[in-house]
Formats: sequence, C-alpha cells, structure tokens
Amino acid sequence: MEEWIIDILISLAKTLAFFGVILLWAAYITLGERRFASFFQNRLGPNRAGIFGLLQPLADGIKFMMKEEIIPKNANRAFYLLGPTLFITIALIPWAAIPFGDTVVIAGREVKLQIVDLNVGILFMIAVSSIGVYGIMIGGWASNNKYSLLGAIRSSAQLISYEITMGIALAAVFLLSGSLSTRDIIIAQMQSPWHWNVFVQPLGFIVFFVSILAETNRVPFDLAEAESELIVGYHTEYGAFKFAMYMLSEYINLITASALITLLYFGGWGIPFVDLGRLGLSVNLAGLISVIVFLVKTGFFVFVFIWIRWTLPRFRYDQLMNLGWKILLPLALVNLFGTAVVALLV
Amino acid sequence: MAINVRAKYLNKTEEMSFIDRLYLPAIVKGMFITMKHFLFTKAYTVEYPEERKPIAPRFRGRHVMKRDEMGRERCTACYCCQYSCPAECINIEAAEVTGDIRNNHPEDKYARVFEIELLRCIFCGFCQEACPKAAIYLEEFYELADYDDRSKYLLTKKEMMETEGKPVKYRV
Ligand code: SF4
Ligand code: SF4
Repeated sequence: MEEWIIDILISLAKTLAFFGVILLWAAYITLGERRFASFFQNRLGPNRAGIFGLLQPLADGIKFMMKEEIIPKNANRAFYLLGPTLFITIALIPWAAIPFGDTVVIAGREVKLQIVDLNVGILFMIAVSSIGVYGIMIGGWASNNKYSLLGAIRSSAQLISYEITMGIALAAVFLLSGSLSTRDIIIAQMQSPWHWNVFVQPLGFIVFFVSILAETNRVPFDLAEAESELIVGYHTEYGAFKFAMYMLSEYINLITASALITLLYFGGWGIPFVDLGRLGLSVNLAGLISVIVFLVKTGFFVFVFIWIRWTLPRFRYDQLMNLGWKILLPLALVNLFGTAVVALLV
Repeated sequence: MAINVRAKYLNKTEEMSFIDRLYLPAIVKGMFITMKHFLFTKAYTVEYPEERKPIAPRFRGRHVMKRDEMGRERCTACYCCQYSCPAECINIEAAEVTGDIRNNHPEDKYARVFEIELLRCIFCGFCQEACPKAAIYLEEFYELADYDDRSKYLLTKKEMMETEGKPVKYRV
C-alpha cells in the first residue's frame, strides 16, 4: 500500500477512536455525576437501569431522542439551532491536540497517541475553547428568554475574565518547559514527580485550577446556570436532543479541563518513580500503560470537579468578578514574574 | 435560637484573619467533610418496591368493610359515614333485608349499594370514626396509583367487603 494511504487510515482511526472515547466518557460522566452526587448526599442515585445503573446513559439518550423537538415561537430559529451545534463542535476540537499517551508502533511505524502534535498545541486549545463562549452566547440570545440572556451574559463575562488569568498562569508553565507542544510539556515533567509543575508552580497551579473551574462553568462558578436564580441559564429554552448536546459538551469541557490539568501540572502519562522506557517493556505495552495512566489521572480530576461541586456553594456575581480581577490576576502576574526571574537566573 | 447545638456565633464586626480570607483551608476542610459522607455514611434510601417502611398502627389507607363474629355484614346503612364525610364521596343506597339474605345481616336495613369515590376521598378517617357499627375502617393498603382507567377508583362494596374468614383482597 502507498505510504500516504496508511497515514490517512491511521489518522482516521485515531480520530474516530478519540471521539468515540470522549463521547462515551462524557455520557458516563452524567451517570457518574449523578451517582457520586447521591453518595455525597447519602443517597443511592440511579441504580435501576442495568447493574449499578450502567445502562442509564443509554436510557437517557433514548429519552432525549424520543422527546418532542420544541423551538420557541419567538426564538430566532437559525441561531437557536446553531447554538448547541457550535458548542459541541468547539468542545470536541481541543481533543485534536491532547495526547492520550506515549507512542505505539502500528504497521511498522511510530504512531503518537494524539491526533496531531501541534507545536502550538496548548495555544490552539485555548484559542479554540475561547470560541466556546459563542455557543453559549448565541444559544442564550436566540432563545429570546430573559433568563437565558442573563445566563449567557454572565457566562461570557466570566469566561472572558478568567481566560486572562488562565493564560497568564499557563505562560509560566511555557517558560519552564520552553515549548507550547502538549507532548513537550509532558516530557519536560518526566524526570521525577518533583518535576511535575504542580510542585514547581504551586501558586500557578492554584490560579490555573480556579480559573479552569470557572471556565468549565462548574460550581462554585456556575453562575451561567444557577438553577436557583436563572432556572438553568442559557439553555433554559432547550429541550430534547439540543439540551443533550449542551449537557454533553459541558461534560466534554469538564474532561478537557481535567486532561489539561493532568498534562500541564501532573506529568501527563508519567507514573511517579517509574520510568516506563527503562522497564524493558515492548513499545506497544508501554504505550497502552501510558494511556491507562493518563485516563486514570484525568478521571481522578473529573472526580475532584464533582467533589467540589457537591461541597461548595455558588459565588455571588460581584464576588466572582472580584476574585477574578482583583485576586487571581495579580497572583498570576506575580507568579509569572517570579518564574521569569528564576528562569533567567538559574 | 441556634438551629443546633453545634452552631457557633460569629462576631460580624471582627475582621477575618489572613488565613480565613484565603478560604483554601476552609474549602479543604469542607471537602473532607463531604468525602466522609461519600465514603462512610450509609445511604438512607429505602429502595421502595423491594423494601418498605413499616407503617404506623393507625395508618389510614384504603377502606375495608368488616363483618361481625358471625360473618354478617356490620354495615346497616345508617348514613353516618356519608353524613360526616367532608369530601362527600360516599354513596349509599339502603334496602330492606328480606328473605334469603336475612342471615347475612344483623338488622332490617342494609346497604344495597355502598360506593366510595377514591379520587375525592381525602383519607381523613371520619367515616371510620363516625360509624356506630364499627363497619368501616381505613387499613394499611396504600398503593392506589394507576393510570388510564379512572373507573377503578370507584370503590364498590364488593371490593371493600371482607369475605368470611379471609382478609380483603386488595386490588393492585
Ligand atoms: S376517609 Fe374521609 S373523605 Fe374518605 S370516605 Fe372517609 S370520611 Fe370521606
Ligand atoms: S359504614 Fe357505618 S356509618 Fe357508614 S352506613 Fe354503614 S354502618 Fe353507617
């Protein structure tokens, strides 16, 4: 076979596998969230569909498909439909640059377990995810509902403010790794757990974590949804599968955030104190282990997000803005400055 | 009044210390509390169709009509229950006891028709209290939900009456 055909086939397979995994995972987080929430509240949660309720996402999916598609009378039809479509597309795009694991060998060639290894990977992801606010904004505006619009406005203001702090916190990481490629950033942390950025950059990590919590619109920064004040904010008017799309993209964003935390601050697929390369395993086995490690770490952070959701109350809007602009932004700047000075001197 | 004994009063005029204003220690503490619930507290859920909570001895469920020790219908169609029913959901038609059915009824009058509209009944138990013959009781059956067929909610005498020696067969 021609070389380029194999290349295309491998890329295609990788893309399909990635999106399959992500969508499946996001569907199961809906179950995980509900069950973990119940455990935090001393309940049992949905446990009837299949054992442990494992078929619940399937049942929910069927329910969403079967429901009547309602478009509000005064909504702007085109934009109303564009909102969720845009949101889920943008939620999936960053996964092009996230590496799931090390390399494997397929058909005699090295394949990176990553759709593309961009040399500006992180920058690309941040750029793309910052468009995500349009999905919220368009959906909220097009539904022609005051709660939706309020939610959308809050959400866009929040996303824009916290993107700045997140970017600055990340700049310190780039300074240390000297690269914007996700793979290089992970490899720079490989030597030992003490090289993980979370220990090198504790302040930056806290700033980044808080910002990404705000970026994913999760409690305690879920002002865009705010069940108690805004019903559910920007997707109040959405039902059936369009609602499912919003819901799913939020969970995809949650996985993206966890994956980012893992690869930027917790050494990606590195196992503490174990060097996979020196264990004498075959390349494919090592690759598989690296994928598992990455998924476990990411899954842990997904759990932490859920854990936080069921612990903390929601911020007030002015508190949110104060925290973003008056506390996190200066902290991020101090962190960047300190890192730059140290990097220059050492 | 404090809601519980663990409530602490904060002096609001007091400035918060630096540690307090960091919020992180408090957040970590809170996370440990929720984790304690996640890991160690047993769920309070009663998994309903399989598990049931015990019901109180004076629980007021669906109506049951009783027979006396000789197996005769206690109800004599005195209309006390109908008169006292606040929801006006009892419908009684009285008839004279003659011929064959004499050994089935202690008095001269009996309820030829005795119906309760369950959808209007508020399960107050006044009928049970009013009955001079101890003929009607609200007992423990409570799974009355149904869909589609509202005619099922017109409870007839046949459905309520105890058959001799056997408990009432409940309709599900
Ligand atoms: S329980 Fe109350 S409402 Fe129901 S039939 Fe008896 S008296 Fe009427
Ligand atoms: S059930 Fe009791 S109160 Fe009602 S008519 Fe019969 S005897 Fe009278």
